[in-house]
Amino acid sequence: MNEKYETHEHDVIVIGAGGAGLRAAIECSALGAKTALICKSLLGKAHTVMAEGGVAAALAHVDAQDSWRTHFQDTLFGGKYLNNWRMAELHAREAPERVRELERWGAVFDRTPDGKILQRAFGGHTYRRLAHVGDRTGLELIRTLQDKGVHQGIDVFMECTITKLLKDGERVCGAFGYWRETGRFVVYKAKAVVLATGGIGKCYKITSNSWESTGDGHALGYEAGAELVDMEFVQFHPTGMVWPPGVMGLLVTEAVRGEGGILRNNQGERFMEKYDPKRMDLSTRDVVARAIYTEVKEGRGSPHGGCFLDISHRKAPYIRQKLPSMYHQFKELADVDITKEPMEVGPTSHYTMGGIKVDADTGASTVPGLYAAGECTGGVNGANRLGGNSLSDLLVFGRRAGAGAAEYANRAAPPRIDQTQVENAAGEMIGFFDRPGAADPYKLHVDLQNTMQNLAGIFREEKDLTMAVARLEDLQRRAAHVGVVEGQRMYNPGWHLCRDLHNMLICSQAIVRAALLRKESRGAHSRLDFPKYDEYWGEHNIVIKKEPDGMKVQARPVVKVAELIPLVDEKKAKETK
Amino acid sequence: MAQTGSVLERNGLGVTARRDAWWLQPLLVFLGLTAFGVYAMWAAWQGNNYLYQAHGAYYLSPFYSPDLHVLFGIQLPFSFAFLILWIPLGFRATCYYYRKAYYRSYFLDPPACAVGEPKGRCYRGERAFPFILQNFHRYFFYLATLLLLSLWYDAVRSFFFRDPAGQLHFGVGVGSLVLLFNVLTLSAFTLGCNSLRHLVGGRLDCFSCSAAARTRHKLWSGVSLLNLKHAPWAWISLFAVGFADLYVRLCAMGVWHDVRIF
Amino acid sequence: MSIRTFSVWRGDKNGGRFVEYQVEVEEGMVVLDAIHQIQRTQAHDLACRWNCKAAKCGSCSAEVNGRPRLMCKTRLDALPVGEMVRIQPLQTFPIIRDLVTDVSWNYQVNKKIPPFAPRPDASWVMLQQDVNRAQEFRKCIECFLCQNVCHVLREHERKSEFFGPRFFVRIASLQMHPMDSLDRLPLLKNEAGLGLCNITKCCTEVCPEDIHITDNAIIPLKERVVDRYYDPIQILLRKIKGEKASHAGGK
Ligand SMILES: Cc1cc2nc3c(=O)[nH]c(=O)nc-3n(C[C@H](O)[C@H](O)[C@H](O)COP(=O)(O)OP(=O)(O)OC[C@H]3O[C@@H](n4cnc5c(N)ncnc54)[C@H](O)[C@@H]3O)c2cc1C
Ligand code: SF4
Ligand code: SF4
Ligand code: FES
Ligand code: FES
Repeated sequence: MNEKYETHEHDVIVIGAGGAGLRAAIECSALGAKTALICKSLLGKAHTVMAEGGVAAALAHVDAQDSWRTHFQDTLFGGKYLNNWRMAELHAREAPERVRELERWGAVFDRTPDGKILQRAFGGHTYRRLAHVGDRTGLELIRTLQDKGVHQGIDVFMECTITKLLKDGERVCGAFGYWRETGRFVVYKAKAVVLATGGIGKCYKITSNSWESTGDGHALGYEAGAELVDMEFVQFHPTGMVWPPGVMGLLVTEAVRGEGGILRNNQGERFMEKYDPKRMDLSTRDVVARAIYTEVKEGRGSPHGGCFLDISHRKAPYIRQKLPSMYHQFKELADVDITKEPMEVGPTSHYTMGGIKVDADTGASTVPGLYAAGECTGGVNGANRLGGNSLSDLLVFGRRAGAGAAEYANRAAPPRIDQTQVENAAGEMIGFFDRPGAADPYKLHVDLQNTMQNLAGIFREEKDLTMAVARLEDLQRRAAHVGVVEGQRMYNPGWHLCRDLHNMLICSQAIVRAALLRKESRGAHSRLDFPKYDEYWGEHNIVIKKEPDGMKVQARPVVKVAELIPLVDEKKAKETK
Repeated sequence: MAQTGSVLERNGLGVTARRDAWWLQPLLVFLGLTAFGVYAMWAAWQGNNYLYQAHGAYYLSPFYSPDLHVLFGIQLPFSFAFLILWIPLGFRATCYYYRKAYYRSYFLDPPACAVGEPKGRCYRGERAFPFILQNFHRYFFYLATLLLLSLWYDAVRSFFFRDPAGQLHFGVGVGSLVLLFNVLTLSAFTLGCNSLRHLVGGRLDCFSCSAAARTRHKLWSGVSLLNLKHAPWAWISLFAVGFADLYVRLCAMGVWHDVRIF
Repeated sequence: MSIRTFSVWRGDKNGGRFVEYQVEVEEGMVVLDAIHQIQRTQAHDLACRWNCKAAKCGSCSAEVNGRPRLMCKTRLDALPVGEMVRIQPLQTFPIIRDLVTDVSWNYQVNKKIPPFAPRPDASWVMLQQDVNRAQEFRKCIECFLCQNVCHVLREHERKSEFFGPRFFVRIASLQMHPMDSLDRLPLLKNEAGLGLCNITKCCTEVCPEDIHITDNAIIPLKERVVDRYYDPIQILLRKIKGEKASHAGGK
């Protein structure tokens, strides 16, 4: 075969080096597969590094009554019963072991007085359940996995962006990408591919996510023929910073409320009493986000359009020990001393529950050879994710997807690369350079973010969503004209953005179309025109697939597990009481 | 869009893009240490006026403590201070804080952070002679602790005044306070020593694994607290010791009159 | 709102120059915001790294007015008003383009450090006081500002014999972990070049995570090396007690 481009061959390639990707790669290589790990940023900088509050696992160190069953029930209640039950079950059952394993690999969690892993309270969790390290749990997780991984002989390819999955008939056989540093192209040949590319936050204007969260995995999977599920559910974290403008959207960890932080409006009222008297400030994120949004809308907001979050009633040294990075974040970026004054916070787009539809046990997508794990998958979280359930999701399903891919690679035939697919992928990237009078990708990105923020945000309705569909189509047309205005192929962010827009548009369309179809309010999806639960939709997920004639959106019954019905019924009965 | 500047430069003394007064701190340190050094040499050289005994007081300059004369009755062709001073000198010279201070301000290695050094030197750090000797800091610490005991004795002694009948009575003179201040700051400096911090507990990996380890953790925590402010204590105690000598000296010379407070 | 001038180094390994940009600044803006604005409106291809915008990932390291900083943590109102803001890439690592440097050497160094290896009898019962030291070191976000400022690397270019402060911090976190079983002192003394550090503390000055790199990591490690290799009494005591060398200095 003519190898015009740099080519690497592996048994499994893992795209994405956040918690999910790293855990998958570790498992693959432990099972003897030759494994490559590819990421857009430097190793250790993936989004996971920003996770703050903790990882949810029913270790029962602090509250002895806790068990995987309660964790399972909480997750389903949080997800409004749209979760894939089997995934939620595996997640709750295996999370404790995954956390203990991290400790054996060198992670150093905060401790209980008797020397065990400490756990803190978080929204929607019945018991104190989140293992944590101050408010930098994600850093601990990623560094531990990173060190485990690199010493285990995984080949790491940093600052390399994948733009296309290559297929050999039905199955996936590799990927095409470019080096950010040089702009040169690279082909990865592999028997199996694991997608672990994280979220889609950059589709929204106000977000806690980094530039990486452009929904690449969602789009790569979709284009390769994989199904996406639950795309209408985008989590708005209730507490993002609202001031100064430069940091708008930056996350204020839920751990602030976990440690006793209280939400108030400009009248000094503890307004969560009205919205969820039982759970108050630690209600699920969808409820709190809507509550803040409503308070602001009705004129009871803070000066910069948020509400107040106050932790200053706790002792200053305690705050500094338990929330060090929040303390510094506010001190340095907003001149606010959180040990003395309240913070100003408001909702920010944070996490996507939706993603590639996978088999619970193996992480296999509907495309042979294609596996996925982490935020780019859908299922475990249903209509709304509980805080801390993502980091545990990364570990549990990262491991399972890694094992699934390694096992598939073991029995799969050697991959064959189709050179025309490679050339098409290369042509697409080169194409951005020869567009005289090219449109400005940054401008288009801003327009996309505004569209999504204003028309498919926390509250949605038919007329907004239909308008969004039209706008997205228009943006899609304009996207065909964006190009490189300045610079060459070496480390050129403008060029990179041209391609990222493509992915964000796919994700945005999926979100909007699914949101249009779901005519009810549930979890993170709130329709002003359908404010109530709907029985039919309570039993159905929305699945999206690429068809020759475009994006197909359809409802599909929720995946249940017969043995778990008693547990679920018990929870339902308890919550309606 | 105007264009300025050229390709980035590095290397060469003082080459930096910093615009603050980065040279100020090394300069102050240089002046401070040099001034003290000159004074200490001079004072040690004198060999007299180190003990003030008028009005029943007994103030001994820290540069001359312990008083080898009185203790062993030795007579030397030079000031006995030189038999003593190498200890605090060595202690401070190998102290981790002072090392930083003089590597920066005397050796310009580096003069300040992100500021260029003189070109063309062969840098060997603390891996080769002479600086490999810094590794013996803890021995100077042991010796300095002995001197510290002697200074404590002097400080306590300075609170007792002999009446004409030869009886000792408790009393407080300004000089007593000066000597007390001196020994307190020296203690704060010495007990914040990094070597001590290591020896009392820093060398353990587990602080809770035995009763002894738990006690050592407490000691370590205490030393760590002082260690946090080791640099300020280094300067305060340096000043205090110089001042104590000066005070005793001026009193002994009759230039200054000590005041009895109590 | 006011206009400020930014002088940003543009170029690659073949050379470059400072280019001036005028940026409208708002209250509370940080240097990275300004860079983004330049990118969006004046220089689409301006290369810089960033991820979190919250001083959590350590991507946006650069030198602002000659001082190594995280751009996302450097407020414009903390820089002298009325003066141009000068931004250049880290000086200690090879330039890739504009503000992006090749930091891959650091990743190679990390690979040379034997990872965590629990004792076979590890109980995993650890009190908070046992893990405090390791936790401080594990706050490191690998911004490599300390590596950049350390004169052993920056001025004396000893990348082949010196691991640098970041990796002393890492070794300290392993060496002081109550459950770890490995002995990394020979590595520290020899390959890692701990003796080349002259504790001049620039690493500590620039660390955005406020890790006391010198006082809590490097100096305690130096003391452990003294125990093992330089202190005659310790060596003698070990001989008498017949202990293995690897018992000195922890472990
Ligand atoms: C501020 C913040 C705080 C959070 N706090 C918590 C918390 O306390 N608890 C919790 O459970 N969850 C938390 N979350 C959510 C959680 O951190 C994320 O959902 C999770 O880290 C996602 O991990 P991941 O492995 O799926 O992907 P990521 O960590 O996002 O990693 C994605 C990886 O994919 C790579 N990649 C993407 N596209 C490509 C491409 N085209 N080619 C090559 N590589 C690519 C990226 O470079 C990156 O390495 C938080 C999220 C945020 C934003
Ligand atoms: S203290 Fe040591 S490691 Fe830190 S900057 Fe100075 S020489 Fe480098
Ligand atoms: S030790 Fe501090 S300065 Fe060095 S890389 Fe880590 S966070 Fe950055
Ligand atoms: S370190 Fe300063 S006295 Fe020992
Ligand atoms: S962008 Fe993450 S540290 Fe600055």
